[in-house]
Amino acid sequence: MDQTSTSTAALKPKDYKSDTKPVWCPGCGDFSVLSAFTKAMAAMQLDPERVVVISGIGCSSRIPAYLNVYGFHAVHGRALPVGIGLKITRPDLTVMVAGGDGDGFSIGGNHFMQACRRNVDMTYVVMDNQVYGMTKGQASPTTEPDWERGKLTPHGTRINPFYPLVIALASGANFIARASSNDPNGAARVITEAVQHPGFSFVQILSPCITFRPEQRDWKKIVHPAPVVATADPAVAARRLMTDDNFFIGTLFKGERVPFTPEFEPRAESAHELETAFRMSA
Amino acid sequence: MKTINTCAEFLAYALAIEEEATERYTVFAEQMETTNNPEVAALFREMARLESEHAHRLEVAAEGESLPAIDPWELDFGDEDPPEAVDYSATHYLMTPYQALTLVLKAEQRAVDFFQRVAEGNGNDDMKQLAAEYAAEEREHVEKVAKWRNRYPPPDDNWDDDPDPPNELE
Ligand SMILES: Cc1ncc(C[n+]2csc(CCOP(=O)(O)OP(=O)(O)O)c2C)c(N)n1
Ligand code: SF4
Repeated sequence: MDQTSTSTAALKPKDYKSDTKPVWCPGCGDFSVLSAFTKAMAAMQLDPERVVVISGIGCSSRIPAYLNVYGFHAVHGRALPVGIGLKITRPDLTVMVAGGDGDGFSIGGNHFMQACRRNVDMTYVVMDNQVYGMTKGQASPTTEPDWERGKLTPHGTRINPFYPLVIALASGANFIARASSNDPNGAARVITEAVQHPGFSFVQILSPCITFRPEQRDWKKIVHPAPVVATADPAVAARRLMTDDNFFIGTLFKGERVPFTPEFEPRAESAHELETAFRMSA
Repeated sequence: MKTINTCAEFLAYALAIEEEATERYTVFAEQMETTNNPEVAALFREMARLESEHAHRLEVAAEGESLPAIDPWELDFGDEDPPEAVDYSATHYLMTPYQALTLVLKAEQRAVDFFQRVAEGNGNDDMKQLAAEYAAEEREHVEKVAKWRNRYPPPDDNWDDDPDPPNELE
């Protein structure tokens, strides 16, 4: 255990919070996720001037405004490409992307798969409440097929839910974990591990929408720790996912896939050389 | 629950507990201010002020001491929620002072139980003495909060009825 003197000016979680008051509904799981972010940043003693949190659109995507680090509120579903572009051009920064299941798996679903494939060294946190909260309660890709309270799907969606951990593993993410907003300290630990692990890290945080899915308050009683340690073997991780009930909490996969780093050296010295490279042979 | 052995370790735990409580009460006060529930907002503000005073007192008591740096997830409270911290999911924009103080009361009681468990545990005698003092102080808080709550009526059955809800599903 490290020793610290109480007189040292270490950054505390509250130092990573902005002065903007969240407008989330009291009781929303995202408050706890915000706390987990600040605790993780404090645990790593990240320099706030070298951290960027990028989001899309949704209640959860408001999170950059509440953090005292750099932030960017991108277009719906497009936070990941912004994050990838930033990390590639500024590898010195800690880049984190955050948002909801609608933002990340509906409109942003393809970006999610491509980001896993590309495996750039960054962290993606999805606050999953299995609903579109901001637009007042429509079903999202992770909604159960028989949820009948959505106005657009009064008889349920009747289609298979999207399994983000399975997609992340199959697409090439290098770190995959699930946490719960019921345990902000545990979520902070997972975020810390995710940031510290090289490559693309994906963290699903079960974060209830108490307004449109009030029954999710019961998640607190349902979540349970995964009784295994993280594996580096994708085949083992895949087998574990076959018996996942969506409420296991913990780190599933810590891979050894080599992160993508672009080459900045020019491939051609002149326009003529470039033209030659692209010339189509007759 | 992990054994707390020394005064330094105990102070690190106590400080983490008070800081967490300050943080949560501040968040809850902001929630109530944002959703226009001024009476409960003022109550949570007062709790945040009291907890931050405790945290400050602890910082002064620990000045110059080398406290162990414990990551939040290493804090071990057994199977219990962190003592003195009200669950993030427990608030409601229409909650009454009575309901808010019921949450506070439970959190304070958990703090008493925690400090008492530590005082009766296996650490060194100085530490156990310190933990017993904290348990006694928290017990006083429980009594004060209980009296405070008595000033308010329990909520009626329709406490969460809202003729114009901000987020309506139907
Ligand atoms: C291009 C575009 N399409 C649709 C919307 C409307 N819209 C805003 S947020 C949102 C879904 C948000 O759901 P989620 O990402 O799950 O976040 P939550 O609000 O639940 O946290 C949608 C469809 C939009 N803002 N932009
Ligand atoms: S609508 Fe749902 S997701 Fe949005 S702030 Fe309220 S509880 Fe949270």
